[in-house]
Amino acid sequence: MSIWEYANPVKFMRLSGAILPWVAAGAAICTVAGLVWGVLTPPDYRQGASVKIMFLHVPAAMMAINIWLMMLVASLIWLIRRHHVSALAAKAAAPIGAVMTVIALVTGAAWGQPTWGTWWEWDPRLTSFLVLFLFYIGYIALWEAVEDPDSAADLTGILCLVGSVFALISRYAAMFWSQGIHQGSSLSVAPGERMSAVYRYPLYLTMLGFFLLFLTLVLIRTRTEIRLRRTAALQAREARQ
Amino acid sequence: MIALLLRDLRLATRAGGGFGLGLGFFLILCALIPFGTGPDTDVLASIAPGILWVGALLACLLSLDRIFALDFEDGSLDLIATSPIPLECAVIAKAAAHWLTSGLPLIVAAPLFGVLLQMPAAANGWLVLSLLIGTPALSLLGAFGAALTVGLRRGGLLLSLLVLPLYVPTLIFGAEATRRGAAGMDASTPLVFLAAITLLTVALIPFAAAAAIRINLR
Amino acid sequence: MSLLSVHDLAVARGGMRAVEGVSFTLDAGQALILRGPNGIGKTTLLRCLAGLQPPVAGRIQMAPDSAAYAAHADGLKSTLTVAENLAFWARIFDRADIAPALAAMNLQGLRDRAAATLSAGQKRRLGLARLLVTGRAVWLLDEPTISLDAASAALFADVVRSHLAQGGVTVIATHIDLSLPQAQVIDLTEYRANPGAPSARPAGFNEAFA
Repeated sequence: MSIWEYANPVKFMRLSGAILPWVAAGAAICTVAGLVWGVLTPPDYRQGASVKIMFLHVPAAMMAINIWLMMLVASLIWLIRRHHVSALAAKAAAPIGAVMTVIALVTGAAWGQPTWGTWWEWDPRLTSFLVLFLFYIGYIALWEAVEDPDSAADLTGILCLVGSVFALISRYAAMFWSQGIHQGSSLSVAPGERMSAVYRYPLYLTMLGFFLLFLTLVLIRTRTEIRLRRTAALQAREARQ
Repeated sequence: MIALLLRDLRLATRAGGGFGLGLGFFLILCALIPFGTGPDTDVLASIAPGILWVGALLACLLSLDRIFALDFEDGSLDLIATSPIPLECAVIAKAAAHWLTSGLPLIVAAPLFGVLLQMPAAANGWLVLSLLIGTPALSLLGAFGAALTVGLRRGGLLLSLLVLPLYVPTLIFGAEATRRGAAGMDASTPLVFLAAITLLTVALIPFAAAAAIRINLR
Repeated sequence: MSLLSVHDLAVARGGMRAVEGVSFTLDAGQALILRGPNGIGKTTLLRCLAGLQPPVAGRIQMAPDSAAYAAHADGLKSTLTVAENLAFWARIFDRADIAPALAAMNLQGLRDRAAATLSAGQKRRLGLARLLVTGRAVWLLDEPTISLDAASAALFADVVRSHLAQGGVTVIATHIDLSLPQAQVIDLTEYRANPGAPSARPAGFNEAFA
């Protein structure tokens, strides 16, 4: 039994259909519980109640980056092994990643206004998220523009590879270009930087919730894409008969 | 490969080749900025390096869709793909022709247009040097975008959308080098990074662009 | 020694198999004429032989860099002259002399005219003259006589015959009788992919989709 078995659309549909309700339920429970727990945490001694936006901001930002990485891996699998499910999963993930990036940027702005006194700051992290958003937009637009599905998968795969290299360079270029005022890593375990357990555990819960939410959405969207491909294939055969 | 480069140069300089359009656009852009910001010398001097870099980048973008689209329409691209020249080399030749006809005139003109924007004279050398190092990457990345969108009917706008994010690192280091030069500081660090990005582009992009062309031709 | 041999080839257009099971062998001096109604896959098959798109199944045996492809578009630049256009393709294929090609397609008189001022038939002749400067043995021609008058078509048939006499081979998709010696004829209608058969599942598509 190899993992590549699930590259077969029928097996993928069967497995994803079976686990989807459980993943969706897990996503709902973890996200809601984590957010409610987060709201009930005490206000921070410096940032006040505004710190609670972190429970949306950090998981969304984390997913924004990880979804791009997932697309990169899926594109590589498609380009190397030609598994259609992989290409369709990358296509399905892109809009979710773009929305996660927007959530991270908007919640960041809403938090930055009272804390830093500005909605937007050309900080390296903010800048690289904006660039990441532009890459998501370009990737989605290329999928929409190319008519032949296999060509679209190939071209977007190449764009994803090249885009990953340049998104990474942009991140370090932005660090060189501006010193930045963004907080250090929220998950840092360095002594003195580690977040208090009061905030840490609800944050872990929302992160798990956002991951399961992404999994739910990407499974639903990939299933839709597979059905669309199958419909198109059946129609094409119908037209020829 | 040389033949392809020479043919593209000849086509660009013949009537209807569009040679000089980018330069005209660059001039208009530099002339419009002071109308937008006001004629204050200090304001203009402080933004001049960035404006010149962004202007050069946008002027370069104008002619990108011509790199492969014309050859695709008249069938030349099919014939080049079946010729003894590897498609990777054809990409390099076409990007080089684009750089010579679009990038090089901008580099020559940039210090002149810098006068319009009150750029400090000390920055001129750094501006020209950073453009010389950075613009080949712009042409190559543009060739990659053009290769991705070559078969598409409405490829022009999509091309800008795909290429501009790829230009971010080059723009950051190029403008930073010029800015440091204008401030009388040593600009060698950003220039080294700029050169690194250009070299990476030269090493990586011909393969990616050739792969994209092969996909679009089939 | 065959110059081009094809075994059980299947090609796809727009994600669907067009023709399948095509096999033929061309020895030096032989020609193959492809026939069949519009949309059957003649162009797709020729592009596949030229290496512009991968076959779905089957094998193509041909020495590398031995095919010259000529399709509906001639690859001409309208602002260049006839001689400049031809000299460019000659240089791409590492050849220098374009005079024989100009003579063969009766283009000497048009040598210094810009390609933009040529008629459709003259452009076509220039596009076909390009084949002569490639120096390649396998000519893949897609409707080569379109927009040629009877005299030019006969001229072109002479060029193809002399190419065959020199040991070349050619695959031509055409409906015109070029009176080529020992030309094999394949009607692609017989090789049309059967949509009902299991092998006719959408090409390049995971079998489990359909």
